[in-house]
Amino acid sequence: MPVEIYYDAESRALLAELSGDLDHCTARPMRTAIDTEIMKRLPLKLILDFENVPFMDSSGIGLLIGRYKLMNDLGGSMIAVNPRPEVKKIMELAGVRRLCPIVEQRRGSFVGGVKL
Amino acid sequence: MKSRIINEMTLRFPSLSENERFARLAVSGFVSCLDPAVDELGEIKTAVSEGVTNCIVHAYRGRIGEITLTVRLLEDSRVYIRIKDKGCGIEDITKAREPLFTTAPEDERAGLGFAIMESFTDKLTVRSSKGKGTTVTMQRTLHSRKDQDDKSES
Repeated sequence: MPVEIYYDAESRALLAELSGDLDHCTARPMRTAIDTEIMKRLPLKLILDFENVPFMDSSGIGLLIGRYKLMNDLGGSMIAVNPRPEVKKIMELAGVRRLCPIVEQRRGSFVGGVKL
Repeated sequence: MKSRIINEMTLRFPSLSENERFARLAVSGFVSCLDPAVDELGEIKTAVSEGVTNCIVHAYRGRIGEITLTVRLLEDSRVYIRIKDKGCGIEDITKAREPLFTTAPEDERAGLGFAIMESFTDKLTVRSSKGKGTTVTMQRTLHSRKDQDDKSES
């Protein structure tokens, strides 16, 4: 699966672990899967984990902007965690930090109450 | 000044979304003999991905057409990439190159394709003719190998 999704009811945080290249081809199934869960759970926080994304182009920026708008409309927030240097470079270039924090978080630690 | 061509390849493939990955892997493989640094190769792959995606999303919107991808390895570790389509063409190239401008917001396009191609290459040219197609060329000099050679000489 290109995205694994976990929900923590206590903190109302939704964790989406993306995996594989994130391009125009793969962005659509990823965002459909994430949006379905968002609409089902109505989380306060969306955590997008990029650790297993070896490549991302501007399609990934589109995905981030789209999820940011959705979370914003629902009164929630979003963070991006663990992007690899190449992926982080695209995020920085596109100014993703203006939308959400980009966080390095080791596995086993907690972000928004969800165990990574 | 024209540089000598050391190696060259041309690929023709249909504008299927699955071919975005194929195109960047093919370019990555072809350029690898110049021994680029990981980040240089990553930037070239991203630029190719943006160019090919433009053909799929914009040039051949809603239909399948042919994309021609040419890569030349030139003297002094220079890479030349040309991505050509016979699609709808770009009405206003200046506007299309503006960051955040997109004609496909419903597909969640960020409007950053040309901006990324521009920042990840040394030179980007866009030629387009309405109804006839678009040709994007990019040039990038790889520094890693030259730097390594300089180090081994000293």
